[in-house]
Amino acid sequence: MTFPESNERRKKLGQAVMFGVSRVISYGIVALLFLILFFIVKQGIGVVNWEFLTAMPTDGMTKGGIYPAIMGTLYLVAGSMLFAFPVGVMAGIYVNEFAKAGPMKRFVKMMTNNLAGVPSIIFGLFGMALFVNQMGFGASILAGSLTLGLLALPIVIRTTEEALKSVDDTFRQASYALGGSKLYTIRKVVLPIALPNILTGLILAVGRVSGETAPILFTVAAYFLPKLPGSIMDQCMALPYHLYVISTSGTQIEASRPMAYGTAFVLVVIVLIVNLLATLLRNYFGNKVKMN
Amino acid sequence: MANKLETIDVHLHYGDFHALKGITMAIPENSVTALIGPSGCGKSTYLRLFNRMNDLIPFTRITGQVLLDGEDIYQIKSSKIDALRRNVGMVFQKPNPFPKSIFENVAYGLRVNGITDNSFIENQVEKTLHQAALWDEVKDKLKKSAFELSGGQQQRLCIARALAIEPSIILMDEPASALDPLSTGKIEDLIFELKSKYTIIIVTHNMQQAGRVSDHTGFFYLGELIEFDKTKKIFTNPAKQETENYITGRFG
Repeated sequence: MTFPESNERRKKLGQAVMFGVSRVISYGIVALLFLILFFIVKQGIGVVNWEFLTAMPTDGMTKGGIYPAIMGTLYLVAGSMLFAFPVGVMAGIYVNEFAKAGPMKRFVKMMTNNLAGVPSIIFGLFGMALFVNQMGFGASILAGSLTLGLLALPIVIRTTEEALKSVDDTFRQASYALGGSKLYTIRKVVLPIALPNILTGLILAVGRVSGETAPILFTVAAYFLPKLPGSIMDQCMALPYHLYVISTSGTQIEASRPMAYGTAFVLVVIVLIVNLLATLLRNYFGNKVKMN
Repeated sequence: MANKLETIDVHLHYGDFHALKGITMAIPENSVTALIGPSGCGKSTYLRLFNRMNDLIPFTRITGQVLLDGEDIYQIKSSKIDALRRNVGMVFQKPNPFPKSIFENVAYGLRVNGITDNSFIENQVEKTLHQAALWDEVKDKLKKSAFELSGGQQQRLCIARALAIEPSIILMDEPASALDPLSTGKIEDLIFELKSKYTIIIVTHNMQQAGRVSDHTGFFYLGELIEFDKTKKIFTNPAKQETENYITGRFG
């Protein structure tokens, strides 16, 4: 049998077009990321120097540095993770390891997904109502961290759940077969295997939390507070909110524009560093528990 | 030879699926029994009766008797299940060492059952690794991760892990199907060594393997035990036409 030559050509052309389009789109997305980074770096790097990183803001936030905002963001990230990580991991363990298949488990999973879709400003309002007013924490690092923690919770829960699900069942069975209890098996076998992927959840959550403005708006962020917080009951500045303030509601928006780009630059760098550290950590653990 | 294990008219359902249909079979002590049959015939499910691994699957119902040394292991208190599992070791299809050192993999079963005497653990680990014919290959790297071993070594480590708590029965679910011929040979040699002390049940898809290592063979088909006899008899002069068809490769 002879097949028409034209069909071969059409197949080749069709593939070439399809792959070409996919390639251009995927490269375009990378290019977009670089464009954003380039823009931030170009505008911001001139402003960033030692003083910018270590000094208090001065002159209506048009001069000086953003030290308190940097520290504030670090406190908030640490505080929110201190809350969201253990709670989220435990919830993920419950959903994947203990909850019986059925309507209740499906409901919990569905609600976790819904929680992830709630707009962050709603978290902010909820945090204000519950932590700031009801529980009487006032606008404080504690209230802000808890609010950010709530926002990060669904991410941590979902990634923990997925990480546990990807652990092959024969690992659990091998432990049970040796007389291991469920809890012992989870602690000694399942969690160590899932750890690298759970850490990925932490990375994602840190990235999300460090850039959020709305949840801290009413719960912790200070408009202008040129000193470091003394305790977790104090307010603090934070990078995303600082950026928002000096870009929109300062008295001298034009004059503080370079400060805004500098702030954006620092925020991006902090997120990149955190991601990098977490990735290194993940690879380190990943090598220790490599699957066959 | 005494019968170590015996099942009497065992039926097992997963939800609506009737996976085992009235299996009656007696497994003699200190020998190797092979379970053969096409995929989905129930042989792995049958194997998992003996350490109650099927209990972990929701909607499983089991009727009939499963006797170990004459005692029905489905009538024991749930608090005794861990003790049962200590007595019945298991080796899986894919080597699945824990994400721990070689030493800790073998020590796992001791630690999980509350043994803390370190010198006892060290002795037991060394003894067991000798038994699993792995000691010479790993004695200088006991602290290294088990994942650094080859697939065949990992599987022998998993056998050592099962032996460390001194079970009397070992269940093997296609223990060599993921291994190369050389590693498979070593596992088979090991099975041959172990049968003087242990009652071994091995599920296999490999007819030659069943022929080489086992004393008795059971042929499963669609949830039923079609034939159970001495391996030699099964492979040279099976009583049932289905068995002969399967062994000679005409179906399955």
